[in-house]
Amino acid sequence: MSNTVMSADDVKRAVTRIAHEIVERQHGRDGIAIVGLQRGGAWLAEAIVESLRSIQPSNQIPLGYLDVSMYRDDIGIRPVVPGAISRIHFPVDGATVVLVDDVLFTGRTVRAALEGINTFGRPRAVQLAVLVDRGHRELPIRPDYVGKNLPTHVSDDVRATKEGVVVTRTTQTEVDDETRGAS
Amino acid sequence: MKHLRSIDELGYEGLVRLLDLTNHMVEVNSRPVPKVPALRGRTVVSLFFEDSTRTRLSFETAAKRLSADTMTFSVSTSSVNKGESLRDTVETITDLGVDAFVVRHKSTGIPWQISEWTSASVVNAGDGWHQHPTQALVDCFTVRQALRRERFDGLTLTIVGDIKHSRVARSNIAAFAMLGARVVLVAPPTLLPPDVSHWPVEVSHRLDPMLGETDILYMLRLQSERMAQGHVPNLREYAETFGLDTTRVAKLPQHAVLMHPGPMNRGVEMMVDPSTIANSLIHQQVSNGVSVRMAVLFDLLAGESSASHLAQVAS
Repeated sequence: MSNTVMSADDVKRAVTRIAHEIVERQHGRDGIAIVGLQRGGAWLAEAIVESLRSIQPSNQIPLGYLDVSMYRDDIGIRPVVPGAISRIHFPVDGATVVLVDDVLFTGRTVRAALEGINTFGRPRAVQLAVLVDRGHRELPIRPDYVGKNLPTHVSDDVRATKEGVVVTRTTQTEVDDETRGAS
Repeated sequence: MKHLRSIDELGYEGLVRLLDLTNHMVEVNSRPVPKVPALRGRTVVSLFFEDSTRTRLSFETAAKRLSADTMTFSVSTSSVNKGESLRDTVETITDLGVDAFVVRHKSTGIPWQISEWTSASVVNAGDGWHQHPTQALVDCFTVRQALRRERFDGLTLTIVGDIKHSRVARSNIAAFAMLGARVVLVAPPTLLPPDVSHWPVEVSHRLDPMLGETDILYMLRLQSERMAQGHVPNLREYAETFGLDTTRVAKLPQHAVLMHPGPMNRGVEMMVDPSTIANSLIHQQVSNGVSVRMAVLFDLLAGESSASHLAQVAS
């Protein structure tokens, strides 16, 4: 059973809002860098950068991509296949890096990304932007910018693309009580 | 993948997977901190019964950049000198707790033998005249990178020199043929195996007619002891017939690239200084060695099979 919870227009509006929130939090200053997590976060990072550039055309907004597979904590438990190559061709030292991913779930990918970004330098601060927060965190990680909080069952499949967000339920189970807190 | 012992065993899909994975490792090696925690807690032991500098060092560097621990077994200071058998040595090292053996030995088939005696992964870093799969991976990756193409359809690889005693040639023939290249062997009959009819190759006993159609020229080292064994009459004659000099370089197509697995015998197979040749890939062959071997170790040790106790905890 598939359910579209965000349309393409909803996604566009969420991206614009996240971009404005990033600018607001930074008080319009330079020094922001956007890093999409390969591969799901790449398109969202590009959309956010596009939006940021239209809000503040004078600011430089470097865009990078980070593949976290070498930093995952489940190496050896399940096959880890690197998604796409990291490309960070700007100085990370001193930048405010906004990590971008499509769906925030257990938090393990973000933990790996926090470790990974440090091999490129020492950011002034690291923030996290996600299109969907679906709950079920296994680590003390919370996003700074969220498109939509979405209560889900742990076995649900959540796909977030430019065209929208679709949840596919594989079991008939009710949504866990603990994840209601996410909404 | 549990072991990397030969290119045939690896197969086309494995070859492409490792070459693609190497792109990731090249990126890791370009970072300010070229080290990732992927293989934390794993141990790689290098077991070299033959001399080697670049292969052993690049394996050890590769393991360290993936945060694996490394052990080096050196034959001259080991109990092998007290008469310990290879099997006892392997079993002893296994008992110390290792995840992968990187093995070089003068006898064909030793990596297969060792994998019977240990639960760890085995990487063949050269067994006799037989196989040297990571060198073939390095060479295929280097050509992919230099020519910016994934497959080698329509390209001619010309391997020149002592094919008979060369594990590099055997692994490269298999790997380049899998990727679609036409492979031509150039050597005197004494330096070719008695029968190559089952290999995917063409054979020429003369170098000059082949140069014009060569896209990748691969020079092999001629070991001087081959002369004593009567395979070549003398090194000067070999150099004149099969050595690469400026006249021969001029006969190559403009786009042709030059490769050599090292160590080079200057004045024998290499009459020219390779650094004067614009399309020489010899340095890239060395520098890609670490990235390729990182891909191999990651593929072997990051899979499900190792650390099975963790898998049980997670499931």
